[in-house]
Amino acid sequence: MESLKFDLSDGGVRPLNQYLHGPAAGLEGKHITVANPDGAHNIAVGMNAPVKVTVEGHAGYFAAGMNKLADVTIEGSAGTGVAENMMSGKVHVKGFASNSAGASAHGGLLVIDGDAGLRCGISLKGGDIVVGGSVGSFSGFMAQAGRMVICGNAGDALGDSLYEAVIYVKGAIKSLGADAQIEPLGDADITALTALLSAAGLQHDPRDFKRVASARSLYHWNADANQEY
Amino acid sequence: MSTEHPITFKRLQREESASFDRSTLDYIHRASNTGLYEIRGLGAKRKLPHFDDLVFLGASLSRYPLEGYREKCNTKTVLGTRFAKKPIVLDTPITVAGMSFGALSANVKEALGLAATAVGTSTTTGDGGMTQEERRSSKTLVYQCLPSRYGFNPDDVRKADAIEVVLGQGAKPGGGGMLLGQKVNPRVAAMRTLPEGVDQRSACRHPDWTGPDDLAIKIQELRELTDWEKPIYVKVGATRVFNDVKLAVHAGADVVVIDGMQGGTAATQTCFIEHVGIPTLAAVRQAVAALEDLDMKGKVQLIVSGGIRTGADVAKALALGADAVAIGQGVLMALGCNRDSYQQSGKVHSAEADYAALGTAAGFCHHCHTGKCPVGVTTQDAILEQRLEPEWGAKHLKNYLKTLTMELTTLARACGKQDVHHLEPEDLVALTVESAAMAQVPLAGTNWVPGRTG
Repeated sequence: MESLKFDLSDGGVRPLNQYLHGPAAGLEGKHITVANPDGAHNIAVGMNAPVKVTVEGHAGYFAAGMNKLADVTIEGSAGTGVAENMMSGKVHVKGFASNSAGASAHGGLLVIDGDAGLRCGISLKGGDIVVGGSVGSFSGFMAQAGRMVICGNAGDALGDSLYEAVIYVKGAIKSLGADAQIEPLGDADITALTALLSAAGLQHDPRDFKRVASARSLYHWNADANQEY
Repeated sequence: MSTEHPITFKRLQREESASFDRSTLDYIHRASNTGLYEIRGLGAKRKLPHFDDLVFLGASLSRYPLEGYREKCNTKTVLGTRFAKKPIVLDTPITVAGMSFGALSANVKEALGLAATAVGTSTTTGDGGMTQEERRSSKTLVYQCLPSRYGFNPDDVRKADAIEVVLGQGAKPGGGGMLLGQKVNPRVAAMRTLPEGVDQRSACRHPDWTGPDDLAIKIQELRELTDWEKPIYVKVGATRVFNDVKLAVHAGADVVVIDGMQGGTAATQTCFIEHVGIPTLAAVRQAVAALEDLDMKGKVQLIVSGGIRTGADVAKALALGADAVAIGQGVLMALGCNRDSYQQSGKVHSAEADYAALGTAAGFCHHCHTGKCPVGVTTQDAILEQRLEPEWGAKHLKNYLKTLTMELTTLARACGKQDVHHLEPEDLVALTVESAAMAQVPLAGTNWVPGRTG
């Protein structure tokens, strides 16, 4: 695999991003290493090619934002909005992730080995998120489609105003959000969990997870609902 | 024995209360029937200080005018000159405001694009993403990045000519979008990743950033993603305009869009439409003051929207310091909104029975939220949407935009300006104390600008 190194201490993210926006044919199969990221924002945003990117340290806001096709590994932690609005591909955070990890992701797989902050998977639109640790409050807020797997605990208001996304939690749920409910695990859930955990490289028994999905009571205006939403 | 009151008391017996007038009674009766607030379309209906309250001081002895039909008056407008490698260049400062596919049909979106392209201006997507119809028909298309991120994807970011980060709109600053189930048909549902027929409520905050410092990083992300080519607009509903404009400029916006409270909506609570935000007239002046305060006038462009209807409105907005305007409701009305008839397959058909079925009539309709638009503009219904044929709509909208541009240049020439962007506050006076105070121009016939000392 052809390798190329970008040192962010020398020139910042612009040369890196411009390179990554080159023709897909020229990028396919390449491995790009990002040295000295030091929490820089907007590392490797808007990729549109099956390229491999390794960030050798901590990333700032919106790392791998709107990713398509690329396979990104962040060896440190990631700031707010890692893999936000991802369309496809994979983003793997080996450390922790801050707020809004995987926000509005339409596709692809986001794996966070550590914990994730507030609003993980907010407005999720079809992407998959696997968190090895715990997630903060308001995770899965208004999530429309896709799946979240949380191997640790969840904070307050998990899955508030959920649409059709499904959240699996192994640990404790501090509280459920409006319209979220715990449902029994079905065979399809076990299959999904097995595949997602395997894709994330995590060892857990799928049967230990709880399924959280929408009760769908907020799908239509209701004069008698006392407007608790 | 008669129970009639003496004839002399009859008027007192029929005295309407100013506080509890018949509209208020209707409101209370409706609320007590339903237990739910009213949702409707379009913008504020109450009377507000507006551009009508200003008049131009045409040239006379102290200034000389340009010949109306012979001397050139430039309307070219450039937006996004601050950071973008490819600023937006338009033939007129009158643009089409952001309106969603979902709120509007695909036919309407196509008509907007065709007309805008013909007159050399831009259109803007809305909540729900970019349709192929509008990208194909609109030469210059502004792509909105909204809190909901419905249908938002990087391919469309790359296809766009400019990006507009939407913080709010004039009809509902602080509120999220709404699309009632009747309009969430299979195509709309698929574009927004929602179940069909759901009463969709959009988020009011962006999912991945909060506050001005975050916005600066978000704007940088969009710039990096587009290799610093495309202008980034920031759209705000008019409330604390002076501070919001300053923060948007600090965050790195190329263009700031200010939408006053007369701005329209496809569906919002009436209490929101009528009681939140400030009038467009007040917002323009505060936005310009913020740009001047930062020495950014002319460097960051200002687009003003919210109740712009005529060429005179455009001219006054520009004179107060806007670089361009955006029109939503006026554009829909040019397409037939609130007309008593529609034209289909070359024939004129009455729409009056359909207005009546909604409990309204042409001239009063605000039922965009129901999706039952009698003239096929704000609908997703397979039969109703055919009532607006893209070619017919494009022709009428083109005429409307041309009329406004002609009116604008007529007024600019009368003020002795070779370029519509040379119109200035000194060309205006106010007819009311309120408008004089808001626009910071003198009350007509006086030198008095309320609030200005010395």
